[in-house]
Parts: sequence; structure tokens; C-alpha cells
Amino acid sequence: MAKKVHVTTTVNGDEHEFLCETSQTLVDVLRGELELTGTKEGCSTGDCGACSVIFDGNLVCSCLVLAIEADGKSIETIEGMADGKELHPLQQKFLELNGLQCGICTPGILIAAKALLQRNPDPTETEIRFWLAGNLCRCTGYDKIIRSVLAAAAEMREG
Amino acid sequence: MAEEGYVAPHTVDEVVSLLVEAGGDARVMAGGTDVLVQLHADLIEPGLFVDIKNIPELRTIAAEAGGFRVGAAVTSMELVDHEAFNAAWPGVVEGVALIGSVQVQGRATMGGNLCNASPAADSVPPLIAAQAVAAIVGPGGPREVPVEDIITGPGQTSLDQGEILVSFLFPPRAPHSGDCYMRLTPRTEMDIAVVGAGINLTLDDAGTCVAARVALGAVAPTPLLVAQAADALIGSKVDDAAMAKLATAASSACHAISDKRGTKLYRIKTVGVIARRAAEKALERARKN
Repeated sequence: MAKKVHVTTTVNGDEHEFLCETSQTLVDVLRGELELTGTKEGCSTGDCGACSVIFDGNLVCSCLVLAIEADGKSIETIEGMADGKELHPLQQKFLELNGLQCGICTPGILIAAKALLQRNPDPTETEIRFWLAGNLCRCTGYDKIIRSVLAAAAEMREG
Repeated sequence: MAEEGYVAPHTVDEVVSLLVEAGGDARVMAGGTDVLVQLHADLIEPGLFVDIKNIPELRTIAAEAGGFRVGAAVTSMELVDHEAFNAAWPGVVEGVALIGSVQVQGRATMGGNLCNASPAADSVPPLIAAQAVAAIVGPGGPREVPVEDIITGPGQTSLDQGEILVSFLFPPRAPHSGDCYMRLTPRTEMDIAVVGAGINLTLDDAGTCVAARVALGAVAPTPLLVAQAADALIGSKVDDAAMAKLATAASSACHAISDKRGTKLYRIKTVGVIARRAAEKALERARKN
């Protein structure tokens, strides 16, 4: 058994500590050690985007990050998206416009969309489609997802 | 005793010592978008991961000798967001911006894309076309190698045991220069090149092509620098006749295999088309600056 390493990291503004093996992925620790199961693991190869998180300001697949790399870093996951009981505009629009069906891809898509809107508050439909190309959804056909992001962006611009 | 598990040194010298000490049992990790997939598929089982992302000189984009030096562990997204580099080398940025998703681009690096040594690596043909030079450091000291001499076969590089790729040096840009990378894929995103072409050309004031480099991807065991294809452009006005010669030379250079992404014949045919389209875009850019 390999020796475990001690990692201190910040998740959604709160400091967390955990022990992990050096080959363990961030998604594994988020879901297992920290019990933040909102982040989903799909393909484990960086193709599906279900495990998307914001890692030190960058949108990444948490299956392609080693948990040990999180030491001293700041991570944003789906659990930090709503403000208490108040949903983020993206979450609200996904509900109103049926931007989800089974829901497995939804946390990753919401995080990816949030990263897009931080970078570009007024994206075109095409820009949204290209940005979300790394997030696979097998239910919706994507159209409702794109409409939800457009609607949330419009609402957020109005403040 | 050699280190085990994971280390993230802060200097190149430490990396070299660790790699030498591990004697082949270590893997260098930059963005990790290839090595972590290989780890989880049980294709590799290194005793030690040497994370190179905490080394400042590997993470820097800087002006040097009239050109740019780009650290081997600079992420795709950092390059996409660098305005001056985009203005000088839009074709190189086109290559890195085609590697995986936005999520992958937040981690993936040109150094990793080169050292992973896929024949279809999207950033490699434009790097070769740009005449970028790789700076390498190893137990024997530093050396500089043209990018086209790094990949020796699928998954194989000319780096020796204990050596690490530190940065890429891009030469100064002459007036009226333009580059472009294009690839053929069934989908626009999240795909692997069936064929790819990187073109870099320079015109004189009269619009005659005075320098050109043409590099092709996914048509041979390694990315190819094709001198005959460049010769088709040099000395011409990059007109229809020159473009037709370029396409023929690109197709002739193709040593492709047939696989699930395309047959050999399909690749021979399409690499000429893609090379021509990339040259048209590079020409348009060269005329604007």
C-alpha cells in the first residue's frame, strides 16, 4: 500500500483537508473523501465533461487532475453554485426551460457555462455550442441547454 | 532512495536529477491530459510522476530575440489568451485550440502534445511550420533541436533518458508573413485529425513568396516537414498553379495508413485539399501584415 499524502485545499470557499494516494484523481477525492457527490464521473478520460470543476480559475475535467495537485489550490464545484437556497441564474433557467432530463451531465454543464459567462457575459449561440463541446448530453439534444444558457446570460447582464 | 509517487519541483535541474535517479521509472507530467488517461488505462505504471507545472520558466511566454519563447508547460488556454502571440502566430494558436475541449485546453500544453508524440498531434505541424526550436535540458546540459527532429515514431521522441523539454523559441516575424493550421475531421470539435496541415509563408513587397514551410500531420508515423510542398510556393505569387503544385506535393508526401478515421487513399486525396486551404488562409494573413 502506497503511503498516503496529506492535502489542504479550498473547495467553494471552505478549507478542506484529506489524505489521498498519489495516483488518485481529484474527482475521486471530491466524491469519496469529501462527499461532494454533485460532481459526476462519466468517462474518466476527459471526453465527457461530467466531472467539470473550476480549478484555480480554470475550467478542467477533475478526472484529469491528480488530487495531490489540489494542495494549496482553490476549487469551485456545483455545490458552491447556489447562494444558500437561492439558485444561480443558470440553475434557475435550466429548470424553467427544461435544460436537463436525466441530470447526470447537468452539474458539469452548469459549471462549464458559469466559466463561459465569467469570461464572456454575452456569448452567441455558436460560442456557447463550441464552449460546451466538451460536455456530452445524451438526453436533451443540446438545444434546451443552449437556450437555458442564453436566457441566463441575458438575465445576468440585466443584473 | 529514489522518490516515489509524485513530486512537483521548482527548478529544471531538480527535474533532471529526479529523472536520472528514477532511471526510466519516472514520467514527466505537464497538463496530464494524456499521461493520466494512460495511467488509468494501465498503459503506463510509473513509480514517480514529476509534475513540471510549478517551474516558472516552463510557464512563461516572453519576447526573446525578436520572437517569442514559450515555456513547454504553458497551457493551450494561456496561449489562446495571449494577444501578442496570437497576432504573430495565429496558426500555432489554431493548432492548440483544436486539442480537446475547453476543459482539456485549461490543462494541456504544447510541450506535452509534442512529447506524447502522436502522429496526429494538432499543435505539432504548425510548430514545425513556424520553424520553432525546442530547448532541452538533460544530464549532459542544454541543447536546442528543431521541433521536426523531436518525434521519431508514434509515442517515441529523440529525448534521452533524463532530458526534459523546457521551452520553444519562435523566430522573429518578417513583414508580410502568415501561418495557418487546418485539419480534416468529421466533427468540428472533440475529434482527432484525419489529416492536418500547417503552413507558414512570407511574401516580399511585390507579393512573391520568398519563404515557406509546410508540415503535415496524421499522414505518416511522424508529422512531416515537406520541402517539395514549400518549394511549390517559393518564388511564386501563390497563384492557382502554385497551389495545385502544393496540393500534389502534399499528397505525394503522404505515407498514411488506413484506420478507423480514414483510408490511406482518402488521406492522400484530402491532405492536398487541406494543405491548399491552409495555404490560402496563410496567404490572406500574410497580405494583411
